[in-house]
Amino acid sequence: MRGFALALVLMLSAGASVGGAAAAQEFNLTIRNHKFEPAEIRVPAGKRVSIYVSNEDATPEEFESAALKVEKVIPGKSKGLVRIGPLAPGRYEFIGDFHSDTAKGVVIAE
Amino acid sequence: MLGALVIVLREVIEAGLIVGIVLAATRGVPERGTWVSLGIAAGALGAGIIALFAEAIANAFEGAGQELLNASVLGAAVVMLMWHNAWMAKHGREMTIEMAAVGKAVTAGQRPLTALAVVVGLAVLREGSEVVLFLYGVVATGTSAASLLVGGALGLAAGAAFTALTYYGLLAVPARHIFMVTTILIALLAAGMAAQAVQYLDAAGTIDLLGRQLWDSSSWLPQDSIIGRLLHTLIGYTDRPTELQLIAYLATLAVMTALTWIATPAPAARSTA
Repeated sequence: MRGFALALVLMLSAGASVGGAAAAQEFNLTIRNHKFEPAEIRVPAGKRVSIYVSNEDATPEEFESAALKVEKVIPGKSKGLVRIGPLAPGRYEFIGDFHSDTAKGVVIAE
Repeated sequence: MLGALVIVLREVIEAGLIVGIVLAATRGVPERGTWVSLGIAAGALGAGIIALFAEAIANAFEGAGQELLNASVLGAAVVMLMWHNAWMAKHGREMTIEMAAVGKAVTAGQRPLTALAVVVGLAVLREGSEVVLFLYGVVATGTSAASLLVGGALGLAAGAAFTALTYYGLLAVPARHIFMVTTILIALLAAGMAAQAVQYLDAAGTIDLLGRQLWDSSSWLPQDSIIGRLLHTLIGYTDRPTELQLIAYLATLAVMTALTWIATPAPAARSTA
C-alpha cells in the first residue's frame, strides 16, 4: 500500500504519467475460436497491469468487464492492449462480448 | 440469430435513449426532425469509418487510441449538453409560456439545435461503430450470416421502437414541465458521460489517480443487467465506481447547475432548476 502511494506520488510529480510509464507488469492473452487462452490470469494486486490481447480469429471481439471497468474492441487478426488495476485482491470476470457464450475468463488479483 | 439481436438491440437502445431524450427536449421546435436525422446520419457514417479504421485506431497512441477516442467523444458530448442546458435556462421560459399558449406551434428562434444534433451524432457514432464491427465479423465468417443479419435487423427495429417509447413516454409529461424534466435528464446524462470519460482516460493510462473503488453494488444491481445498462446510459449508474468517477460525476452536475443558474434571466427570485 505504501509502495503504491509512493508510486502515485512519483507519477503525479512526473506529471500525468504518459502511457502509465511506471513499468506496468505485462501479461498475454489469446483469443482463438472465440475462447480466451488462458482463461485465467493471475496478476499482482495493487499494481497497474497491462494485458496484451491477441485476437487470432478473423472476427472482432470486445473484451468487456464491468468488474475491471474495461470495454475494448479488438479487431480480427490483431492485438489490443488492456490496462487494468490497481486491483484489490479478488476475482474479476471478463467476457468476449461478441461471443459471450464461449469467450469467458477471469483475472485473479493476489 | 438471438446473439446478434441482443448485441445490436443493446447498442441501439443506448443510443436510442439519448435520441429519445433529445427529441423530447426539442419538442415543438421547427425543423428538429431534419437536425436529428442529420445527427443520426452523420453518426452512422462516422461509425462506419471508425469500424473501417478500428485496427489503426486501436494501435494509435501506444495502444490507447480507442480509449482516447471514446474519452474525446464523451467529453465533446458533455460540452454540447452543457451548452444546451445553459441555452435552455436563458430562453426556456418564453418557450414554455408560448408552448402552453399555442400548443405546438412555437417560433423558437435560434435554438442551438446544432448542439443536440452533435450529441445525437456522437451517441450513434459510439454505439454504432460496435454494431458495424460486430456485423462485419458476422459477414466475415460467412456461415449462417443471413440468420445473424436478420437478428441484427430485428435488433435495430426493436431498438428504434424503444426510442419511440422513450420519446412518447416523455411526451406524457405536461408541456409546462417538459423543459425542466429534460433539463434534469440531460444534466444526469452528461454527468454519467463524464464519469465514463475519466474511466477511459484511466484505461488509456493518461491519468492514474484516485482509482480506488468506492463501493460494489454489483450484487444488488449488476451493471450488465438490463436495468443496470439502462440506468448506466440514463444516469451514469456504475456498480463499482472509482473515486475519480464520482468526482467527475458530481463536478459535472455542479457545473451544469451553476451554468443554468448564471444563464437564467434575472427577473425575481426563481429556483435554479
